[in-house]
Amino acid sequence: MSFIQVKNLQKKYNEDQVLKGIDLEIQKGEAISIIGSSGGGKSTFLRCLIGLEDINYGEIKIPDRKKMGMVFQSFNLFPHKTVAHNIMESLIVVDKMEKKEAKKIALELLDRVGLKDKANVYPKTLSGGQKQRVAIARALARNPEVLLFDEPTSALDPEMVKEVLNVIEKLREESNITMIIVSHEMNFVNKVSDRIVVFDGGYIKEIKENRRKK
Amino acid sequence: MQNDILFILKGMGLTVNLYIMTMIFSLPLGILFSLGRLKNKGIINNIIVAYTSIFRGTPLLLQLFFVYYGLPIVGITLSAFSAATLTFVVNYAAYYCEIFRGSILGIDKGQYEAAQVLGLSYWQTMIRIIIPQSLITALPPLSNEAIALVKDTSLVSAIGMAEILRNSRELVTRDFSIIPFAICGALYFLMSVVIIWLFKKLEEKVMI
Repeated sequence: MSFIQVKNLQKKYNEDQVLKGIDLEIQKGEAISIIGSSGGGKSTFLRCLIGLEDINYGEIKIPDRKKMGMVFQSFNLFPHKTVAHNIMESLIVVDKMEKKEAKKIALELLDRVGLKDKANVYPKTLSGGQKQRVAIARALARNPEVLLFDEPTSALDPEMVKEVLNVIEKLREESNITMIIVSHEMNFVNKVSDRIVVFDGGYIKEIKENRRKK
Repeated sequence: MQNDILFILKGMGLTVNLYIMTMIFSLPLGILFSLGRLKNKGIINNIIVAYTSIFRGTPLLLQLFFVYYGLPIVGITLSAFSAATLTFVVNYAAYYCEIFRGSILGIDKGQYEAAQVLGLSYWQTMIRIIIPQSLITALPPLSNEAIALVKDTSLVSAIGMAEILRNSRELVTRDFSIIPFAICGALYFLMSVVIIWLFKKLEEKVMI
């Protein structure tokens, strides 16, 4: 029994059928990359997995949505909260953690993404790459078993792409989090993925085994 | 002359009182109504649409007369201050409702999604993520309404309340001098300038 099972998943927006029947099984601890031309349904697939979209047909079996995190293309940090409070938010509100304890965890996570010194600033003062690293730390605060990355570097200037990819690579090496990554960065994809899934026109066109370059 | 100024200033106490009461009650009400308008597509939404349309579509002075002179006919008698406060709160809440609705609709969809994947409920998302941000983007239109309210308080002179304008007019008719009106104008202007300054400071502090 696979960790995540998707059977004949279909999704349409009005008359536009974006996913036309996706079958995919993902093992615990696996890193899957999804590639393919835009409009192929890659982001929609992630959004269906985590419940941001209702599905029209098919089946999704996942362990627990509470144990899933997502990193967005456009970061979606909360602009009215400091970097530390962005990370503390779910710990305080959802996990009912003491503020002091939440702060401690936030600082540890910021340290992991190399931004401990930015704890008390607001997101607007950060570069794109820094914002995305904070977003990754925020997703990690949920202690997720599954992390979804929706084109995490597509909104970044070229010189910032590397710092974000490095954080994800490091996370891949140091943790057993199952990762599903939508990305166009082929070097990165080859480096971190166990399998590479090619989406095309709402179908899975190909699944390639990939030996990770360590 | 000094007595005259004091007499007009006495009216200012009433004006400021009415102003503060209106602000305190109409702002939260406006937020609440805007949420009702956004969340519910059914009856609550329709009621709020009707309410904001009526109160924004008829003169504030007429509403004031309706509450102060009209309601006693059906057995509800209010003091002038209560009638004025009630009318202003209900009227301004209608405008604030529309302002907040606009600013809430202006918040990026990604904010809701980020909150959702972090496990926040709808109300946690609204109260902790969406409303604080919409308060900030609502500041410029709110500041316009806040200045309009300064001047609108002068309407209560029409139901006999001794506020700045009424006191000034009394002096004008008594002394046949135009100076009290000049003082009156200066006071309204001064209050408006203070409000504008406060909002500017607030904006500088919270702009994100």
